[in-house]
Amino acid sequence: MRRRSPAGLLLALAAVGTVLPLVSMALTALQPRGSRPAGLSLPADPQWGNFADAWNAALMGELLKSSSLIVLVVVPAALLLATLAGYGLALVPFRGSRLVFAAFLAGLALPYEALIAPLYLQIGDLGLLNSRWAIILPLTALFMPFSIFWMRAHFLGLPAELLDSAKVDGASSRQAFRHVMLPLAAPAWSALAILLFLWTWNQFLLAVTLVDDPTRRTMAGALGAYQGQYGTDIVLLCAGSLLIVVPTIAVFLVFQRGFVAAILQGAGR
Amino acid sequence: MVRERGPADAAARTPARPRRAVRAPRAASGWWWVLPALLLYGGFVLYPLSQTVRYSFYDWDGFGPATWVGLDNYRSVVTDERLLDSLGHALVLIAFFTLLPIALGLALAAVVADLRSGAGRAAARALLFLPQVVPLAGAAIAWSWMYSSDGVVNQLLRLIGLDALARPWLADFHTALPAVGLIGAWVATGLCTLLFTAGLLRIDPALHEAAALDGAGRIRRFTAITLPSLRREIVVAATILTIAALASFDIVYVATAGGPGYSTMVPGVLIFRLVFTEQAVGLASALAVVLVLLVLAVIAPLQRLGRER
Repeated sequence: MRRRSPAGLLLALAAVGTVLPLVSMALTALQPRGSRPAGLSLPADPQWGNFADAWNAALMGELLKSSSLIVLVVVPAALLLATLAGYGLALVPFRGSRLVFAAFLAGLALPYEALIAPLYLQIGDLGLLNSRWAIILPLTALFMPFSIFWMRAHFLGLPAELLDSAKVDGASSRQAFRHVMLPLAAPAWSALAILLFLWTWNQFLLAVTLVDDPTRRTMAGALGAYQGQYGTDIVLLCAGSLLIVVPTIAVFLVFQRGFVAAILQGAGR
Repeated sequence: MVRERGPADAAARTPARPRRAVRAPRAASGWWWVLPALLLYGGFVLYPLSQTVRYSFYDWDGFGPATWVGLDNYRSVVTDERLLDSLGHALVLIAFFTLLPIALGLALAAVVADLRSGAGRAAARALLFLPQVVPLAGAAIAWSWMYSSDGVVNQLLRLIGLDALARPWLADFHTALPAVGLIGAWVATGLCTLLFTAGLLRIDPALHEAAALDGAGRIRRFTAITLPSLRREIVVAATILTIAALASFDIVYVATAGGPGYSTMVPGVLIFRLVFTEQAVGLASALAVVLVLLVLAVIAPLQRLGRER
């Protein structure tokens, strides 16, 4: 094929461009502390200890615990609330359901910045500033539009016969939900859970505005603090940033197929 | 089973036909299902949003007494150069966060979809998608280093003899905004490639063969077959990425914090700064309301484009 080579060149260029910033970061992280290396230079004597230094300087253990705690509350809570609401909006007719759905849909396009001033005051009134709840409560709420949209689409996509058979059996909507719908929701959950995990882990704005203590933030939120603290020590900054970036890449590589399917499904909906 | 559909099918799915619903014993019972989500959403999204609208009519520092000023804050949004410019920068970022990734994604998807081996396709897709999972703040730190005086960008320029062009890209008034924009393009291109590849693989090859037999060249086939077939995917990508461009915060905050001067200041960072540094809550809220309206005004026509068929 004649057009193979320019096409291959384009792909190769894109691949290099994609990994270059990460490679530059990794090479820099291995340079001696306090040096001012060039962007791409092989370290003569790789300083693997830099990662340990960055781990300690950033209190990475605490940070991992904090992010995990936030994820462990936000993701299950969002799944639960969205499953209930998605089912109600899809399959239990009630007056006003269109309006409720429209209110949730509107949130899909809402820039989070539009809420930070009132949220700051509101979270302050609740006495929750600088705690993990300051991230958990608004973030779970902000995930509702997408999650409900997702679960509603899932329930609407189930074959009508399933619902009919439940109805013939005289099941109430609650029974139909528990015995027919819930067991079938697992695939929709797994894809949604992957996306919500990533969006929580990477959440930056809420963490920076509502939580001062970096060890109570999300992983991405802590990056904001590092830059201020270690901005002059480029080696440590690169090492610390890599420690934060690598878990998301690892999760992506492990769940890669689920991820790709989740994104495509999400776009399809 | 219905749930086992592949990605391509999911994207191709036609809008679900209306299902008959399980009959509820009482018409009100549906409310119970949505109530928990609605309470949380109302309390932490709708209520604060209403407060933002309310604050926008006051001159308020966030703690002292507030003074009603009517539309004065909105007048400032359209007259104060700093605020108006931030909105202009957000629109410029659409070119980098949205248009460029869609163009690159179309080209790359065509190459990836053409790969003969399925494993090669999956690997290429995954590699190009990688930036999408990196926290935006992490991407901004990596690129700040790329753009710095000793960074890779300048290193490469010097390597090919373009020393004259080398500069600290994020510290230069003329290059900072496009440089920040390219960080967004780096992040978003993988998403476009992924979406468009799935779309391309769905197109019946017979369509292209028939068109080729009729004498249609590559460009004609691209505009007559490929683009229309990918319309849904392009609209989805354009919507997601336009919102990301107009509401950008993480990348700009970490890479430049709006500087040098105000040359990369975007509404998101300016709202943050007005609230927490300048204690101008009313003005920040007016800017926030304008930002919300701008997002809606830009994506609404896109949705119409996606629906008509």
